Amino acid sequence: MSADPTAAPTGPGTSAMAGPSAALVGLDPRPGVPKPDAILVVDDVERRFGGLTAVDVDHLEVQRGVITALIGPNGAGKTTLFNLVTGFDRPSSGSWTFDGRSMSNVNAAKTSRAGMVRTFQLTKALSRMTVLDNMRLGARDQPGENMLAALARPLWRRREQEITEKADELLVRFKLDHLRDEFAGSLSGGQRKLLEMARALMSDPVMVMLDEPMAGVNPALTQSLLGHVQALRDEGMTVLFVEHDMHMVRHISDWVVVMAEGRVVAEGPPESVMADPAVIDAYLGAHHDTDLGDDALLADEVIEQLEHEAHAEEEEHHGKQS
Amino acid sequence: MDWQRMLTLAAGELIAPQTAAFALAAIGLNVHFGFTGLLNMGHAGFMLLGAYGFAISTIAGAPFWLAFLVAVVAAILFALILGIPTLKLRGDYLAIVTISAAEIIRLLGRSTLFTDLTGASSGLRGNTYKATFQALSPLPDGTTAIGPFEYGNNLSNGWWVRIAAWALVLLAVLVVYLLVRSPWGRVLRGIREDEDAVRALGKSVYAYKMQALVLGGVLGALGGVVYVLPTSVQPDAMGRAMTFFVWTVLLLGGAATIFGPILGSMIFFVALSVVRTSMRELLPPDIFGPAQIEPLSGILIGVFLMLLVIFRPQGIMGDKKELTFHVR
Ligand SMILES: Nc1ncnc2c1ncn2[C@@H]1O[C@H](COP(=O)(O)OP(=O)(O)O)[C@@H](O)[C@H]1O
Ligand SMILES: [Mg+2]
Repeated sequence: MSADPTAAPTGPGTSAMAGPSAALVGLDPRPGVPKPDAILVVDDVERRFGGLTAVDVDHLEVQRGVITALIGPNGAGKTTLFNLVTGFDRPSSGSWTFDGRSMSNVNAAKTSRAGMVRTFQLTKALSRMTVLDNMRLGARDQPGENMLAALARPLWRRREQEITEKADELLVRFKLDHLRDEFAGSLSGGQRKLLEMARALMSDPVMVMLDEPMAGVNPALTQSLLGHVQALRDEGMTVLFVEHDMHMVRHISDWVVVMAEGRVVAEGPPESVMADPAVIDAYLGAHHDTDLGDDALLADEVIEQLEHEAHAEEEEHHGKQS
Repeated sequence: MDWQRMLTLAAGELIAPQTAAFALAAIGLNVHFGFTGLLNMGHAGFMLLGAYGFAISTIAGAPFWLAFLVAVVAAILFALILGIPTLKLRGDYLAIVTISAAEIIRLLGRSTLFTDLTGASSGLRGNTYKATFQALSPLPDGTTAIGPFEYGNNLSNGWWVRIAAWALVLLAVLVVYLLVRSPWGRVLRGIREDEDAVRALGKSVYAYKMQALVLGGVLGALGGVVYVLPTSVQPDAMGRAMTFFVWTVLLLGGAATIFGPILGSMIFFVALSVVRTSMRELLPPDIFGPAQIEPLSGILIGVFLMLLVIFRPQGIMGDKKELTFHVR
């Protein structure tokens, strides 16, 4: 944790309007800027795959209790960074701390038990288990998960009831309650995303890390999903998510970190970071003249159009080469 | 052709000790594959190790329960040796290591290195290790007939071994039932589906896989003990073919079901008996002698296993939605 002595003291006492994100107001928007109350601090983390450096982050701090978006073009290293800090991959070098504890040599299960729970870009619903069992598996402190205690139902029945109640509440919240007894494999892609997120919440994590939570989710559901993510923050959870949907990034994140080619190239509040030339560079290449901060520009049709143009340009390029 | 005799023979397989032995082994393999997704391709190794553990320690003078314990401990150690290097790796590694480890057990057993202990390729005669088990029998001597089944009470292939074997099978089913419907079993099924997801939820996947490997291995070893109690320890009868028969039994009954292994074993041995007797009766004996019947029934089993996996992957007891044959 690196407390900035000049930052105004903030905490639960701040006005409801500003919320915990008030702590970020006035922070210098440059890559690696120290946060007043950082929960995750990454230092000099590098991950190479053969000759390719997928992640090369000098310094990154994630503020506690806010929603931080991690954006960047495909292949920027966002998922790899997730894999590293959650213990699913090992860095070539570097270290990080979570909640003040060094986690660089901690495996995935222990990282999760420490309170940092993640979801996956490629959804990992447990197909041949029911939605309810998927949820229950996310819970902690179930004595029946011990092999010997498992034989004696009275030892774990009470806890199982509590877990089931909690699972049912979350399923209602995520509008999956009507699928409770279906096999997870029968759910649509978007429903699986929701299930995976709901399952991650079963353990009351300190920090949730969502890798593209919106990908494939029915647009009718995204609005309520945005609400869920904000609700998590309002309950005091820290959220770090990777997302391509700029609409989501703009509307719910308190802070945005931009990665490109493995590095953190910019960070700051959503409004200003989108106007940062470095970001525009990283993202759009050809469209230097466009302003990502413009709301109208971020309407889906416009993004689609931009992508279409980029695609056409690429083809033209290929055409010239051959 | 004597249909009556054929049917009696076949019905006898329903309760035969061999059927119980394979049911027990398949219950163990079910813990591995059906519930945890572990690809154990050397289950016969656990069975042979259990058989050796029991027989050798009995011959050395151990009382029954100590010999029983030796068989269990041998399986636990074998599971640990197999699991420690492989369970952190991808599933295929376990498959390769179990195939070769089971072969190593068999080859060591039949080699002349330990002839004093194992009897090398001729194995251990049943009479040398059966006495402690027979002595436990509460049955009076004599012969009892129940329906079409008539066996000596205390003969080495009689009622006592049948009763003990099936009691053990029922106990194993009960334990596995209690375990798999518990939260512990839920973690295993999660691992079967996607171990990274389970890791992300904070479970120590390695420890669970190890526990499953040990439990299933112990059940395999007990199957091995039951298998040799009415007969003898023959390393060459407990090789790769035996592993594949256990797989057939499991897939036939239905992986990840509770009673599938028992049903699978019964159907397998009844069908095998029917096939063998009818081939013996119907095929011209000058072309198909006993030396041809055996491999021919082996081929039939192989074809049958293929058809099973293709047309009814969930087995007889299985739920098509949940329990399709699924190799990761
Ligand atoms: N296991 C791997 N082996 C080799 N290269 C990888 C591996 N994982 C990721 N990469 C490479 O690392 C880079 C970053 O990938 P990733 O973290 O998935 O990007 P993002 O999530 O930002 O789209 C890409 O160039 C990708 O091809
Ligand atoms: Mg990614």
